[in-house]
Amino acid sequence: MRETLEYEITVNGEPTPVRARAEATLLEVLRTECGLTGSKRGCDQGVCGACTVQLDGRPVRGCLTLAANVGTRKVTTIEGLAGASALHPVQQALLDAGAIQCGFCTPGFVVTLDALLRENPRPSADAVRHGLSGNLCRCSGYVKIVEAALRAAGAQS
Amino acid sequence: MSTADPLGASIPRLEARDKVAGTARYVDDFVRPNMLHAALVQSPFAHARIRSFNVEKARALPGVRAVVTGADVPVRRVGAMLKDETMLATGKVRYVGEPVAAVAARDPETAALAARLVEVDYEPLPAVLTIDAALAPGAPILHEELASYVRTMEGGSQGNLMWSSRLVEGDVDQAWAKCDVILEATFQTQAQQHAYLETNGVLAEVEANGRITVIAACQSVHHVQTRVADELGVPMSQVRAQVPRVGGGFGGKHATNIHSIAAWLARATGKPVKLVLSRAMDMEIQKSRHPSRIRIKTGATRDGLILAREADITLDGGAYADESPNVLAFCSLMVRGPYRVPNLRVVSRAVYTNKLRAGSFRAFGNPQGTFAGESQMDELAAKLGIDPLELRLKNAAQPGDHWVGGHTLHTCALRECLGEVRKAQKAAPPLPPPAPGRKRGVGFSSTTSISGLMGTSASVHLRTDGTVALNTGCVDIGQGSDTAMTQICAAVLKIPVERIAYASQDSDLSPYNWKTAASRSTYMTGRAVQAAATVVREKIMEHTAEMLECSAADLELREGGKVGLVGVPGKELGFKDVAMRSLFHVGGPILGYHGLVYDGEKFDPKRTLMERFAFSNLGVYTFGATCVEVEVDELTGRVQVLRAWSAHDVGKAINRAACEGQIQGAFTHGLGLALYEQMIWDDDGRLANPSLADYRVPGILDVPPQITPIILEFPEPSGPFGAKGVGEVPLPGVSPAIANAIAQAVGVRLRQLPMTPERVLDALEAKAT
Repeated sequence: MRETLEYEITVNGEPTPVRARAEATLLEVLRTECGLTGSKRGCDQGVCGACTVQLDGRPVRGCLTLAANVGTRKVTTIEGLAGASALHPVQQALLDAGAIQCGFCTPGFVVTLDALLRENPRPSADAVRHGLSGNLCRCSGYVKIVEAALRAAGAQS
Repeated sequence: MSTADPLGASIPRLEARDKVAGTARYVDDFVRPNMLHAALVQSPFAHARIRSFNVEKARALPGVRAVVTGADVPVRRVGAMLKDETMLATGKVRYVGEPVAAVAARDPETAALAARLVEVDYEPLPAVLTIDAALAPGAPILHEELASYVRTMEGGSQGNLMWSSRLVEGDVDQAWAKCDVILEATFQTQAQQHAYLETNGVLAEVEANGRITVIAACQSVHHVQTRVADELGVPMSQVRAQVPRVGGGFGGKHATNIHSIAAWLARATGKPVKLVLSRAMDMEIQKSRHPSRIRIKTGATRDGLILAREADITLDGGAYADESPNVLAFCSLMVRGPYRVPNLRVVSRAVYTNKLRAGSFRAFGNPQGTFAGESQMDELAAKLGIDPLELRLKNAAQPGDHWVGGHTLHTCALRECLGEVRKAQKAAPPLPPPAPGRKRGVGFSSTTSISGLMGTSASVHLRTDGTVALNTGCVDIGQGSDTAMTQICAAVLKIPVERIAYASQDSDLSPYNWKTAASRSTYMTGRAVQAAATVVREKIMEHTAEMLECSAADLELREGGKVGLVGVPGKELGFKDVAMRSLFHVGGPILGYHGLVYDGEKFDPKRTLMERFAFSNLGVYTFGATCVEVEVDELTGRVQVLRAWSAHDVGKAINRAACEGQIQGAFTHGLGLALYEQMIWDDDGRLANPSLADYRVPGILDVPPQITPIILEFPEPSGPFGAKGVGEVPLPGVSPAIANAIAQAVGVRLRQLPMTPERVLDALEAKAT
């Protein structure tokens, strides 16, 4: 029927063979082919940020990225940031600040914040707010998420 | 964490690690062997008769396993009060996007393609898209068979009038003559969408004997179980409902037709069927907050004592009744505001229009009524020359008052809430002056909301090793009830929360709970948990008394799951010792159960005339106050909230961080309603903005950097450890507080939501001319 492509992408450090429709998005491939369901589909239009993953360390929308175009760039998902025992400082800070409600947006915030803090380890509250302007949260009002980001920045330095 | 007092502490959510690590599982994260994917066929017309279906091409497509249309399903109408809706449209469609048929296929692409191949022959009918069009003489009628529909009570339904009700206390007609000042105005609000980040979804599986399991993103497994059984025409014993993690609900994830559609397809194919809605479809076919038009009139004496209030409320209910009658009731009850209003008359109605159904949404009719009432309070203050906050304090409901329907207010700290937000705003460091062309204002509002309603229950089991299993039917849709319930149980038994396993909800196992709704989980299910855990504690004491050969009165519960002899530090037994005895020697397993329905005072019919209200009592009232500082750009019309304070008398914060999160989150929903969010239907009744790109949920740059929650704790005698609900009360006051601040800043009164830059500019222009 439709064209299926076979290729390989590197996800969380692991070369992963993919067999998917040509138009499959990275989000779709991660969720269905790789079994990595931490990246969420909130809008499928690049608005909500729940599907945020990193390509070579930079945050991108999983739902707007064609999996077949990823090439040799390294994909990092929420699963690649979480250690089995210790949490990433951003994860710990979100947990400690009480910034978690329904949790559906949380992986996207963690992945975005990780990239943000690597680029700017001591951001101002304003810089955090601008850095998170592509992620929607419907539960929290964002206040505690910003608190958590600043807390994580303090912890990392 | 101190085990002595697990209450009030901001302990992280029990499931927080899973949520931050991406391992929390939501319905779309589940797959099953041989799972099929469903797709829906939607109506292109706002109003049309369905002449026929042709599904041959869809059925013939390779990979398609089942096609079902409204014509294949026996007509079984469902609805909360008025049973007017079927699983798939039958005979007629009544809004654009309404599901008329569904397909199950081996993959999502095949299902979507097959859905496009279903041919439907429609006879388009004229549609009514507004309240006025619906109520106009000779208007096209949505439900010709309305009179024959089953209803739980008479609602005065006729034509496109879905429901009407009346609430009267005192005598407004006589009171007007005693008023020195009378104000009257009309306020309008828009359709707001829940916009939970996770869309509605379901996975249905069938057992060989035909029994169905429905895994749904939902707010009550019991509600889903009931509706699926009703729509499939099977006993509830043939339907099992489960819930995984839920990505937000806000009233938008009660039982919905998609649960039954997936269940139907699973039965038809014998295979698991998944149906997770796209964002566009979720917005087109689920529900919205009711658009409203409220004419409100308030009269007061010259020194600011309110004597009378009258309101005429019309809600746009959309194509199906859903929760409209109850939303209407709440709007009617809340439009008075949290004040002593001796004379009150509220006449209200909900109407059918050819649009998406409106239904339950966080605060349930309260935001509409409060926008009107609290805006009018400021206009009244201006007319009287009284400070708006003083006017509120003067009329505020107080403890001991016999309030709505005569209900006694045991706790009411409205005056304290108002005082706290004013104090906090005055104490805040001054902001740098606004840029030229921008003006600032401060606005206040008061609110109240209830927690109570209907039945709930909990069971607590002592395990072999002395740890505890806690079961309730209360679904955590993000608000934190799993953690709050566990904290309550831990506090009763004096054990760390880690020793309690809180079970996820399953209609086969969980004791009944109506739903996660109406700010009722902490207050209602919390009461059940507290009482069930107390039963277990008492049984443990009885066992220990026999084991230590002493009187139970001489025993004390000690921290960490031990019971000891008072005054004798070493003389004690652990929960494990008691559990082992009960399981293997004497008495049998230790299980505590408690169930209740809201048991507070009933409305007094001699005091209050209430026509066509479903509830004879409501719950306990939480009171609150909101203060905002806004900046208005007179050139662009843009309104920005700079800082906000939100104070509420929650009784007791079971988990402080969660309580603050509820306040900040509800405030932000109110902010979206006030300034940004609006579902827009075009002239053909098509939703013009079914995406998060075109429907604007507040982003991080739209909200004030500080939304300061202020928690006041005056214990409610009937609440678990004194707690009341907080999920809704911070929401309704936001839009009037902003409107009041805009009026103070630039001298214009906005009476329609959302208060967009265009509306602000129009008002400024009208003022100038």
